[in-house]
Amino acid sequence: MSKPKIGFYWCASCGGCEEAVVDLAEEILNVVEAVDLVFWPVALDFKRSDVEAMADGEMAACFINGAVRMSEQEEMAHLLRRKAQAVIAFGSCSHTGGIPGLANLYEREAILRKVYDESPSTINPEGTRPQVQTSVPEGTLTLPGFDKSVRTLDQTVDVDFYLPGCPPPVKLIAGAVTALLEGKLPPKGSVLAPNIAMCNECPRKESKPDQLLITEFKRPHQIMIDPDKCLLEQGLLCMGPDTRSGCEAACIGGNMPCTGCLGPTDGIRDYGGKAVSAFASMTAGDEDEQIQAAMDSIVDPVGTFYRYSMPASLLHRRISGNGEGEPQS
Amino acid sequence: MSDQHLSNNPPGFEPKIVGFFCTWCTYTAADLAGISRMDYAPNVRIIRLMCSGRLDPQFVLSAFREGADGILIGGCHPGDCHYQEGNYKALRRHHLLTRLLRTMGIEPERLRLEWISASEGDRVRDVINDMTADLRRLGPLRLEPVPKPDVPAPVEDAACPNVALNVAAGEKL
Repeated sequence: MSKPKIGFYWCASCGGCEEAVVDLAEEILNVVEAVDLVFWPVALDFKRSDVEAMADGEMAACFINGAVRMSEQEEMAHLLRRKAQAVIAFGSCSHTGGIPGLANLYEREAILRKVYDESPSTINPEGTRPQVQTSVPEGTLTLPGFDKSVRTLDQTVDVDFYLPGCPPPVKLIAGAVTALLEGKLPPKGSVLAPNIAMCNECPRKESKPDQLLITEFKRPHQIMIDPDKCLLEQGLLCMGPDTRSGCEAACIGGNMPCTGCLGPTDGIRDYGGKAVSAFASMTAGDEDEQIQAAMDSIVDPVGTFYRYSMPASLLHRRISGNGEGEPQS
Repeated sequence: MSDQHLSNNPPGFEPKIVGFFCTWCTYTAADLAGISRMDYAPNVRIIRLMCSGRLDPQFVLSAFREGADGILIGGCHPGDCHYQEGNYKALRRHHLLTRLLRTMGIEPERLRLEWISASEGDRVRDVINDMTADLRRLGPLRLEPVPKPDVPAPVEDAACPNVALNVAAGEKL
């Protein structure tokens, strides 16, 4: 009997998730021994036609990282969904939208304008824009289309499991692969990480005071960070209380606050909304001015609270003007 | 309010407001406005909370997602909270949530916090009328629908991802 076939694919992502697979180090040899890697464009020379040639459901599992914005990514997601028995959203971008998801703050046209006209390094006097179809003497050239918003993987295709993180911690990947091979998987739709807040595994847990009264939120470059004290107590926006554990507090170990890449625990519907609740509760002051001053020190609320989860948020995206970036008249 | 703005609204647009009112003050005030037979804009749907401090920002975001054009939070005046300090919690959340929403392109007028005591039925009327007028001017909150996955036609054996079926007997990781 043949070994189970596994595929990896990337959509709108940085490649860090692929790196995390390589970070399995010698453990990857055990994986390769147990499975057949049949598709992994970043590392192995397989083509889309190889996937198309597979029977439906031929792959036991496909790990897809990255958010979905381009028509090509959408097509590949659908294709891989058909060919794989289990689809696993791998990493923050496919789980909740990730950093590319922050593009949902801007209209499609505004992004194209910035990139092809306005950015300081662009020289484009003819205003050339990429076209989905271009006719040349030799025939028609095509490029993938650029969708109006960024989607998570589960807003594109049916997803069986989620492996969160930016990138997913090696321990979680190894655990997921083992569970897959042994068939000891939790119910469909589960996030393959502990369902408890990151603070729970934080080595500085004991130094977190019972009550926090923050008058000014700090950014890491503004203070000398005490390596032993709770980062919240030092006024840093550490997303630990709002974030799923599973990373063994890796960023805290590097003396940096948690940015929330593992996403929310199961009980949270909207990561940013819950973060607002948590940080407002830690803010000192009963008077408008005092509260205002504290809140002013949160420089980038949306980039802080929805850093990895804008497309998965309840609001997903606001449509302004005609929805194509033209300002409202 | 300019006619220009009004003309941009879809025909027949009536703003929908969700009111989260604390049971001790603002909800009682709304009751008073009712039994006093005050006329006010019928645009608000009121949800009674035990305290404005119970308001989870996720409630606000859910209401926006479900079609609200504005949210009105009503609580007791500072110092009058039945639970001592619930309204201060609401105040801090309101400050932070308004900032967050603004950076997401949602106007601060769409999330309003008002202290209205049980005896201020007329203030309920005035605030709701005022907010309704504001929202008529701003127009509908247009959110992009959350995309739904296109679940492909079920393929045999693909519905249940029981991967273990494919592992050769005796083969170990």
